[in-house]
Amino acid sequence: MRSPLLILSLLLLLQGGLPLMAAEKASYPAVTDARLIAPEARNWLMYRGTYNGWGYSPLAKITTANVAKLRPAWTFSTGMTEAHQSPPIVNEGRMFITTPQNRVIALDARTGEQLWRYQRELPDELFQLHPTNRGVALYGDKVYLATVDAYLIALDATSGAVVWEQKVEDYRGGYYMTLAPLAADGKVIVGVSGGEFGTRGFIQAFDAETGKPGWKTYTIPGAGEPGNDSWPGDSWKRGGVPAWVTGSYDPITQTVYWGTGNAGQWIGTERPGDNLYSSSVLGLDVKTGKLRGYHQYHWNDSWDWDEVSAPLLVDIRRNGKVIKALVHAGRDGYLWFLERKPDAIGFIGARPYVRQNVFTSIDPMTGRPTYDETKVPRIGKRAEFCPSMWGGKDWPPEAYNPQTGLLYIPANENLCGAITGEPAKYKRGELYMGVSLAKLEVFTHPDAKDHIGELQAWDLAKGEKVWTVKFPFHNWGPILTTGGGLVFSGGTNDRNFRAFDAKTGKILWKQRTNSGVVGVPTSYEVDGVQYVAVQSGWGVDAQRKQEYLDKSFGIKTAVPQGGVLWVFALPSK
Amino acid sequence: MTECQSEPPVGCTARRLWLRKVVGIAIIGLSDPSAAEEPSPSTLPPQPGDQLTVSGERSLIPADVMLNAPPLLVYPRDPLSGVVRDGSRLNQILLIKLDIKTLDDTTRVRAAEGIVAYSGICTHAACAVSEWKGETRHLLCPCHNSEYDVSGHANVVAGPAPRPLPALPLSIAGQYLIVQGAFTAKVGLKKL
Repeated sequence: MRSPLLILSLLLLLQGGLPLMAAEKASYPAVTDARLIAPEARNWLMYRGTYNGWGYSPLAKITTANVAKLRPAWTFSTGMTEAHQSPPIVNEGRMFITTPQNRVIALDARTGEQLWRYQRELPDELFQLHPTNRGVALYGDKVYLATVDAYLIALDATSGAVVWEQKVEDYRGGYYMTLAPLAADGKVIVGVSGGEFGTRGFIQAFDAETGKPGWKTYTIPGAGEPGNDSWPGDSWKRGGVPAWVTGSYDPITQTVYWGTGNAGQWIGTERPGDNLYSSSVLGLDVKTGKLRGYHQYHWNDSWDWDEVSAPLLVDIRRNGKVIKALVHAGRDGYLWFLERKPDAIGFIGARPYVRQNVFTSIDPMTGRPTYDETKVPRIGKRAEFCPSMWGGKDWPPEAYNPQTGLLYIPANENLCGAITGEPAKYKRGELYMGVSLAKLEVFTHPDAKDHIGELQAWDLAKGEKVWTVKFPFHNWGPILTTGGGLVFSGGTNDRNFRAFDAKTGKILWKQRTNSGVVGVPTSYEVDGVQYVAVQSGWGVDAQRKQEYLDKSFGIKTAVPQGGVLWVFALPSK
Repeated sequence: MTECQSEPPVGCTARRLWLRKVVGIAIIGLSDPSAAEEPSPSTLPPQPGDQLTVSGERSLIPADVMLNAPPLLVYPRDPLSGVVRDGSRLNQILLIKLDIKTLDDTTRVRAAEGIVAYSGICTHAACAVSEWKGETRHLLCPCHNSEYDVSGHANVVAGPAPRPLPALPLSIAGQYLIVQGAFTAKVGLKKL
């Protein structure tokens, strides 16, 4: 079966691929460590633009004064449904996007012309709880894709040809990947999804040139390792703790900061203990994968509050002192301020940014929370809690603008949830959660029904919220902020993509798109023109959450599916 | 065979590739990790004459399936070798017994003593259709909340699933429930 495919592939390559390769190969600019550490403002070379995770473009031609004139420059239909979450990543006029079902599309970033398309043949029996992908990594002359059947693929950036592919884990055991890989120090680093399937999470590096497996660090310590005793019996072997969002990276200390998911199965009494390193941030040596430090946001989770979105690296001024901080808007509803230390992660402070009724206190020295036991679900015991299982913020990334000093959070306020635990039996490759997804409940808090979605701006120096924009329904919008004093984000079920004044939150522009915008927006420049790009394509948890909300409210909300890449620019003079 | 049960009578691989060529997609380095493996009896789709089993210990008889009870998750079993075909998720079958009077003509032909069989794999994203709403007799896929009405061909009544669950025609041989024919449509999601 494989041979005819390869032969046909080669024929097609000979027919149409080689001339493009010959013409373009020489002109593709290699993505070096130096460029990744200090990307040119005109490019967007990785998931969040820069290693610090800011989601910030210094480009400043599109400003608060002219953004009202922003118009679509070109669009591109991906031909796919489900959640289009990946950022348009741009290297000197070449754009790379991904779609559900592991397509990679290379485009001319100025004209929208398709350069090549890669599609992976996925196994029919693959169980896709989250049929999505969050983008590629660029390094050297290659483009890297992490797949839902748990492979890492290296493509030639010029032709789209497969250079190598490497199995990361066996998808039949419930492992899959949806994140954009992180490229650094000659390596491509990925983390696995699959916490719902009784997996054991890990983060692993591969040689960028050859695909040879390098270091592998489990998110759950193995037998005999420090922290393993925070799991009873063999529960650590199926304890989940996935790592499904790209980490951030400090190139000075060569430390990767990676967020981890909740422990599985969901109900904490089934695995009494802190369950290290669930719902944590890990600091890993990029060369060895060795754990340099960690901070566990909350222990023995029972609310599905995984904390996979990586912290932003920001130097903040507190009490006249500059602190090398990590900032994370937690799914648990708290905004966390941590300190990057050479061999540890310190606790600075935390405060709720949405309604949170589970934590009764936070230890001022360690950051360890205590819980209101009535808000903790157990087997056979229904518990209501706020925020809901999707948290104050799920995976959609925050952004930080160094001009305003503000952190922008796509938040969901006033939402609560209820879970009743059920006994779980492990069966390889099937859900192992200890809850019935169909019986989860999501509802608004009785004291506050006016809105759910928010875009919040926080002054990091003061640790205070500065402004809030409210939306009637939930907000699932990743954020871009720019040197033009703007914030861009979609995320609402009305299909709008908006520009906000970064200082005030005032909505300055919006475009109703084909579908809901859950894609990560980016900005880039080609031939002196600044563009803003984002994929519109509703699906996965944004849609799932809508279904629960509709059930709760007794309504039916229809958000059309189908992916379209939108690229905006100012009208030419 | 599995991938092409509802396709025109052309080779499965050839048809897929032809479609891709028509829509102008350059296939470069196409790979199919599942294709390299040898088929084994446990991964074959349900074969005509297969019996059905829950755990492999014994084959089911009609009396094992209770009227209007939650669906039984079963796998095909080769009656000659005893091999249970549980090597593929795509062989998950849901058995439900309904009042024969409520069945339409199409469903009645596929049923055996009111027992109907449907694929247990959602047509949206291939999740397991693991939940049952007894009051409406709907099957529910908890991944993305697709609902199927078993009273009417397992049609989609809610959620993102694009098409009904494939049915598996049943009959009775001797005392056992057996598979009469292949699934009526492709199991799981159809690839674009």
